[in-house]
Amino acid sequence: MGATDEVVAQQSLIGQRIPKMDAPDKTNGRTRYIDDIDVPGQLHARILRSTQVHAKIRSIDTSAARALAGVHAVITAQDVPWQRPIGVAKDHLPLKTDRVRSLRDEVAAVAADTAEIAAAALKLIKVDYEPLPILSDPLEALKPGAPLIHPEPHGADGSAQLKPGGPVAFTGKPDNVAMTFDYAQGDVVAGEAESDMVVEDTFRLHYVTHCCMGVSGVIADFDPKGNLLLYSNTQVPFLHKREFAELLGIDPGRIRIIQPPIGGGFGSKLDIYPFEPIVIFLAQITKRPIKLMFTREEEFIASPTRQPVLLKLRSGCKRDGTLTFRSVETLHDNGAYTSWGATTPFVMMQTISSLYRVPHCLYHTKAVYTNNPYAGSFRGYGNLQATFAVEAHMDKLADAIAMDPLDFRLKNAQDPGEVTPQGMQFKTCGLKQCLTTAATRSDYQRKRHENASRWNDGNPIKRGVGIASMLHVGGGAKIYPSDGCGTILKIDDFAHVTLITGASEIGQGSETVLAQLVCEELGLPLSAVTVVNNDTDITPWDVGVHASRTTFIAGNSAIGAARLAKTKILAAAAGKSGLAAEELDLKGGHVVRQTNGERVLELGKFIRSLHFTDKAQLVMTSFYYEPPSKHQDKQFKGDVSAAYAWASQVCEVEVDTDTGIVRLLKVTGAHDVGRVLNRLGIEGQIEGGVVMGQGYALTENLMVEGGITRNPNFRDYKLVTAPEIPEMDISFIETMDGEGPQGAKGVGEAPAICIAAAVANAIYNATGTRIYAAPFTPENVYRALSGAAEPPTWTAA
Amino acid sequence: MSIKVEIGFKLNGVARRVSVPADLSALRMLREELALTGTKYGCGEGECGACTILVDGATVNSCLMFAADCDGRDVVTIEGLAASKRGERLREAFVKHGAVQCGFCTPGFVVQATHLLEKLPHASSAEIQRGIEGNLCRCTGYRKIVEAIADAAQTVK
Repeated sequence: MGATDEVVAQQSLIGQRIPKMDAPDKTNGRTRYIDDIDVPGQLHARILRSTQVHAKIRSIDTSAARALAGVHAVITAQDVPWQRPIGVAKDHLPLKTDRVRSLRDEVAAVAADTAEIAAAALKLIKVDYEPLPILSDPLEALKPGAPLIHPEPHGADGSAQLKPGGPVAFTGKPDNVAMTFDYAQGDVVAGEAESDMVVEDTFRLHYVTHCCMGVSGVIADFDPKGNLLLYSNTQVPFLHKREFAELLGIDPGRIRIIQPPIGGGFGSKLDIYPFEPIVIFLAQITKRPIKLMFTREEEFIASPTRQPVLLKLRSGCKRDGTLTFRSVETLHDNGAYTSWGATTPFVMMQTISSLYRVPHCLYHTKAVYTNNPYAGSFRGYGNLQATFAVEAHMDKLADAIAMDPLDFRLKNAQDPGEVTPQGMQFKTCGLKQCLTTAATRSDYQRKRHENASRWNDGNPIKRGVGIASMLHVGGGAKIYPSDGCGTILKIDDFAHVTLITGASEIGQGSETVLAQLVCEELGLPLSAVTVVNNDTDITPWDVGVHASRTTFIAGNSAIGAARLAKTKILAAAAGKSGLAAEELDLKGGHVVRQTNGERVLELGKFIRSLHFTDKAQLVMTSFYYEPPSKHQDKQFKGDVSAAYAWASQVCEVEVDTDTGIVRLLKVTGAHDVGRVLNRLGIEGQIEGGVVMGQGYALTENLMVEGGITRNPNFRDYKLVTAPEIPEMDISFIETMDGEGPQGAKGVGEAPAICIAAAVANAIYNATGTRIYAAPFTPENVYRALSGAAEPPTWTAA
Repeated sequence: MSIKVEIGFKLNGVARRVSVPADLSALRMLREELALTGTKYGCGEGECGACTILVDGATVNSCLMFAADCDGRDVVTIEGLAASKRGERLREAFVKHGAVQCGFCTPGFVVQATHLLEKLPHASSAEIQRGIEGNLCRCTGYRKIVEAIADAAQTVK
């Protein structure tokens, strides 16, 4: 920000408040989401889910369901012997064969003339189960003799044996351990030896789920040649093409995915889930298009969650405030199957090793199978949990050495240019500015002292402030072998641009920001651009919407295509105008003189004049891949992103100690976003993320007991509502990243990450009681304040 | 399957006669029988507000109302609000203030806000927040929705 930005902003679209291009349609009900689409001839599908948390399937009788009028097909695993395991670890068959492992498990499916008939048919299916012992506590899962969730290799055709040449199958897990990560830097024993202060605590983070306002759904339609058209809400269309092709044993080129506008993503649509293959099977078998929509209850029960984590943290520092070491063990409840949730330690270790400077780190983590709902990816990807623990210890250590928590953080904060022991390179880093800005604007230090002096003043209503910071990928993420995006850009005779991008719009505003970046290069108004971004037969490849990567990766790709077009136009214009291409620019729909902006040619007219010449072809293609850097090795040493995003947030709370009610009054956030591109869009991302973080901290709790989700509805699963939102004061720290599009870095996940951590610190500042288990619901807070809640304990193996 | 009933009502200003199953919700009648898909299914339990419509000028969760109960009533959906000045101002304000992200909840909010400003044309921020309490949004954090409604209240005066 600052004076120069103001001057540039007068001519530039960058930093302006640009309304979303899709908003007018969305406000008047014209936008057609997947539930609003009907395909001629379609049948409706419903899925029969298990009534048992863990059981063997003795038999399934579908005869009565098949006999019901209007039913076209009833399928079980026996009807699709060609099915293959899906998901991150390929441990999950869409239709269950010999056993069910959680209450969400798909046992059978029906295709019928209407959704009502399909639902009625489900009630006629008789399943005979033989109950198995239920494993609902990840700690129990590790005990010797624990029931096994995936006891033996299972063939995809339901047989216990893996047949040579038979379908791919999962090899089984004899110890319930789904995934492990180990990371080490330095020597924690030496680090502890040089510490003046050491603290150790166990933290427990709970289940929450995405609660996208649009429920899950899919439509599958085969043409007579066997090509599949899928209307899907996926966030990763190109990866899914490949997965579905493997599943069907066909060439990925024969699968076309169209993404209708998506009613919320937040990471939930990053994996393939059983309902998608099941609908495809039904379409294959009935030779009719099949549509499936979840109910809200089904959405709660059968869509992914943020994974519960038990986290033991041991940290130390010297008396002068220098951090010495961190030793971390985590236990993740994987649920019955493996999705992206199991891989979140990959992100957690970045926070543990590199949010602040720590010379010695050790990190062991296990994701274990249980009979609970399985964990997927969710905005922030493990970072909410890691930040919660790390930032609690930053406060505790500061207190232990009687240092101001802000000064303690500043002393250990990273600087630009730093390469961490893990190998992450911080080319830009605004952490110190984030810390000081958030603290100053919230009057953090004064309020903190004042609040702590009132612990024993007899007033039951307390105030508290807490600070927390975060580090997250901001320039793509090398989770896959490559992190690229392609662009096709065409300019028509009237200087109208069609931007064809692989990047999906999931409500976050990528369509608008990409159009804006293109307009900035070509000197055109936003109305001169149409974005095509939702059809894999048309759009070039992209790795998908995740890791806050779209603006950075797809933005750079779009800029690349626009620059190619500009070069070509200016070269042609040079011939026509008698000026050198270097003397020309594009502005306001014209070719202009670069020095003074004087109009030379009207762009549309000029492009029309190029007809029948070799310069008329204005279809540009480009791609962007993350710049070369040191890939992480097997020990997770190396760089994972081309840029990193930073933020600090101060939360101010009011705690009613008589009732345990915590109100979030104000969030003062400072975000290093590289550069603000669309001010309206970035404010929306941050405000939405803050309130999502508020829900995680205070109100949301998916109550899973004995494998059963007790509150699968909005009445009992409490999302934050409008009257509860905090006052929000958001500052942007513009560090102008050299690799970012116009200097920008990713921001999508960042705002949700610190809130629970900062609220925990604020509750401590208000009451003198530190709470180690989230969420801070009135009951949990009241119990903690009255000494009725034992802090979590865990003796890790 | 179930018994059908014939009903007559005004829908977005136009008289309609339809025959609907007695157990069909107003939401499904609008979406499935009358192809007005701007009204959304979010929960089916009256908890999220995505299906909000106006019935005789009051907002109703159409998922909880029987279609048959529309008989003789004046029903307005998001599609019908285009005709009203207040609806138009609200929609413009939602766009201008960035009150829309995925947009799935937006029609419900616009309908609810129309009703709110009908009753409280000079609604304060706190009154707006209370007035949209029954509508859930997972994307925006509500602030820009409140700002949009406050702005529309100003411009309609």
